[in-house]
Amino acid sequence: MQEHFWGYLRPDGRVGTRNHVAVLACMDNVNGVVRGIASLVKPVLPITIWYGRGQFGADARLIERTLIGLGSNPNIASVLVISLEPVSANKIAEGIAATGKRVEVLNVQGSGGSLNAIYQGVRSVLPLIQEAGLMRREKFSLEYLTVGVECGGSDTTSGIASNPCVGYVADRIVDAGGTVILSETSEFMGAEHLLAKRAATPELGERIIRAVARIEEDAKKRGVDIRGANPVPDNIRGGITTIEEKSLGAIAKGGSRVIQDLLEFAQKPTRRGLNLMDTPAPACESMTGLAAGGANLILFSTGVGNIVGNPIAPTVKITGNINTIKSMPDNIDVCVDGIIDGRETLEEAGERLLKEMLEMASGKLTRAEVLGQEEIAFNRIEPTV
Amino acid sequence: MRQAIVLNAQDNVATAVANLEKDTVANVAFPGGTNAEVVIVENIPYGHKFALREIKAGEAVIKYGEVIGLAMADIPAGAHVHIHNIESQRGRGDKQAI
Repeated sequence: MQEHFWGYLRPDGRVGTRNHVAVLACMDNVNGVVRGIASLVKPVLPITIWYGRGQFGADARLIERTLIGLGSNPNIASVLVISLEPVSANKIAEGIAATGKRVEVLNVQGSGGSLNAIYQGVRSVLPLIQEAGLMRREKFSLEYLTVGVECGGSDTTSGIASNPCVGYVADRIVDAGGTVILSETSEFMGAEHLLAKRAATPELGERIIRAVARIEEDAKKRGVDIRGANPVPDNIRGGITTIEEKSLGAIAKGGSRVIQDLLEFAQKPTRRGLNLMDTPAPACESMTGLAAGGANLILFSTGVGNIVGNPIAPTVKITGNINTIKSMPDNIDVCVDGIIDGRETLEEAGERLLKEMLEMASGKLTRAEVLGQEEIAFNRIEPTV
Repeated sequence: MRQAIVLNAQDNVATAVANLEKDTVANVAFPGGTNAEVVIVENIPYGHKFALREIKAGEAVIKYGEVIGLAMADIPAGAHVHIHNIESQRGRGDKQAI
């Protein structure tokens, strides 16, 4: 059977699972204007950020790539880019407009202050929203999916049930010609030798090992035990003891296929199939990188429970922990506890998850979307000066 | 009904999928569909690990067929295996000579 989903074809050939009109802040000092517009116009997706002003060097490039990547995501039909001054706004807008989608720009200094900027912004997004309403979903194969795989609030059930189940779906997507991105570099630690063995080339294998070594060296330079940050206290309560154990469970969500590339944070994949992305482990940051890299959906595996999703890439929550299913039922989309007690095989649960994912790719809202539990967090390298 | 799962035939720990009580016998599912019984010597919470056989101090703790840490003390079969008696070998900036 040929699996398919219903999505929105964009001018750059990518396909969206959602049809948002986004209002995007280029820096933190205009977040209030973004919120102001969103409070007056119902169907827009406000994207507010921290930092962005006065960045330099590698951080400037990272923030620019992330902003352009988020605005370019195929789940966004058109964008209003807002900045304090015109230079930064135009740079981000040009980067997004290269995808062929409609982009409007607003700079607050040139608009006569916040109130006038909000009114101008409302007038800018009005026609964008009307236009987006005319766009129609069409039928696409799994080839047009770029699925980010994420885990958060992990426990030992993650490694037994939800991560392998997500991995099963990842393999199905890759085998159908689609793209999967596995992120969270510190959660490769202790399992990186297994990932390196699956790299398409020996050079890529070395890069994977080096990416993990960089984090370990950083922990050593700072004189800290990485266990202070990972595993986090709820991982430990859930039975995960060491980062090695967490990683061996975490990489299962990437499935078992050949690894084609190791992407930088927010970098768009150039090869289909399974890609790794070098991101921090906390979910909001990692998912921001995945969405900026073009993920049009995220499969999010949890153990003890993590409620957050990405506002751009609909985030499907999966757990195999029966206690979490009972204690946080409103936040779970797909339950796979049958893998643990033996009621369901991995393949049966995986096929069920694939079917549910395709419905969500076709417009069924995820629980994180309905409940508004969504956040963006930008990755940074060094403090601002 | 299985009460604990072993993920790889080489593992020396099992993961409890029910709250296991001290001095009871747990039904442990092994890969390939076989089952065995292990006497539990202390309370093991849902999701936590216990030793399948005695693990000596300094010995590798194996799960997923891979090393997840080293035992810091002798761990008897059926005992809780967690942060109090095994240690990670990775990302340990705290162990660097100053």
